Amino acid sequence: MRGLEPVLAELRLRVNGVEHELTVDTRTSLLDLLREHLDLTGPKKGCDHGQCGACTILIDGRRANACLALAVAHDGAEITTVEGLALTGAGDGDGDSDGELHPLQQAFIEHDAFQCGYCTPGQRCSAVGMLAEFKQGWPSAVTPGNGRQIELTPAEIRERMSGNLCRCGAYANIVPAIAQASE
Amino acid sequence: MRPFRYERATDADQAVALITAEPEAKFLGGGTNLVDLMRLGVAAPGTLIDVTGLAGQDRIEETAGGGLRIGAGVTNSDLAADVRVRDRYPVLSEAVLHGASGQLRNLATVGGNLLQRTRCAYFQDVTKPCNKRSPGSGCPAREGDHHNLAIIGHSRNCVATQPSDMSVALTALDATVHVRGPSGERAIPMPGFHRLPGDEPQRDTVLDPNELITTVELAPRARATRQRYRKVRERRSFAFALVSIAAVVEFEGQTATDVCIALGGVAHVPWRAITAEDELRGAEITEDAVRRAAEAELAQAEPLRDNGYKVELARNLIVRTLLELAEPGA
Repeated sequence: MRGLEPVLAELRLRVNGVEHELTVDTRTSLLDLLREHLDLTGPKKGCDHGQCGACTILIDGRRANACLALAVAHDGAEITTVEGLALTGAGDGDGDSDGELHPLQQAFIEHDAFQCGYCTPGQRCSAVGMLAEFKQGWPSAVTPGNGRQIELTPAEIRERMSGNLCRCGAYANIVPAIAQASE
Repeated sequence: MRPFRYERATDADQAVALITAEPEAKFLGGGTNLVDLMRLGVAAPGTLIDVTGLAGQDRIEETAGGGLRIGAGVTNSDLAADVRVRDRYPVLSEAVLHGASGQLRNLATVGGNLLQRTRCAYFQDVTKPCNKRSPGSGCPAREGDHHNLAIIGHSRNCVATQPSDMSVALTALDATVHVRGPSGERAIPMPGFHRLPGDEPQRDTVLDPNELITTVELAPRARATRQRYRKVRERRSFAFALVSIAAVVEFEGQTATDVCIALGGVAHVPWRAITAEDELRGAEITEDAVRRAAEAELAQAEPLRDNGYKVELARNLIVRTLLELAEPGA
């Protein structure tokens, strides 16, 4: 029976501005590739089933669950993890910027928008992707009327961020942090 | 997870040729359901054929008659945000936005959404019997945890529900699913794409094993159509439906000249409420009329020990949604 031996595949990814050529088992998720092959441990393995959002990254600018994305299916993609959000600063080329914080990261600190911090990298990548979706005029399930006039109310933020769970319950501070970063 | 080969198809014919040559292959869309099932051991394909990059299937196009043709590779996000969909088929945009989360909708595709497997806990747990996963092994859900399973159209073999919100809206909109197989193309109407479990609960749909969904077509709608999707779930967002409804109604004053109602979360298929539709077509939409129609529809329900609440929920959803649509300016 075929399929008992691991199958390897070659792929290229640009991660936080750095090009990588990799050979991975076809079963490797983007999450495992980032954490185990590239030592980018910002994306967290919470549930590994797409239910918690702790692994959220940006794939070609769109937020996605890295745990359900097979690396081989995203050959050629541009990936941003929480380590790459601050790329405005002077990174040293290891894909882990040491520079200035992204406004959303700064807003999380100002609003104390975390407790244990485990969900935070996913929350931040998700929020950056969500704000881009909002700017493009995408409606949500709570957008009233025909969805043409959208205001980023707390209800909109909560609905659009519902794919990111925080078991500490820091939502009360996460929502205003995101609201501030959207201004 | 079983090792698998990975192939990227570039057009529909190549995808069909690849799957026909490889009996243990499956098509891969966004992977939000299939990759999870592979990790759980529920699915174990020997080859994945990636169909997210098929020529012409990543866009939404106008049809000659004024409808829309949606490529199977269009993501749930792009479908829900499309201005033509929001203007002409708002129930579809609403349904998609009521499913999953923002990051899942960015990966998930229209074709994959139609083929979502049930979220029945026994189906997803390979240590338990399940007729859908392992035909003939039994159905523990019938006597076990079934509070969120089917109330209508189920069989002694399977009480699973179809989880897709999008499919409920497509069923109310009389969408057509276009597929391509080794012997050519065919068009499958909705309702009619998903099937009741009967004695073959392992078959969710009428699709043949080597057939590929290529597009979903929406017929033109009359301008006066009012549409709404409502969903009741155990938390406000990012949860599967206990019961949901897609309603598409044409009015002349308070009279409903055409009524299409589909229910989610109640059956192995998006349940088209034909009995209620027949009662309401041509009738004035009043609370009494809608309640009678809903009760006539749900007289067929056979709730299990722990899900009788869904009958009442479905009735109330039908009544409330139809009355909202009947309000002037709705």
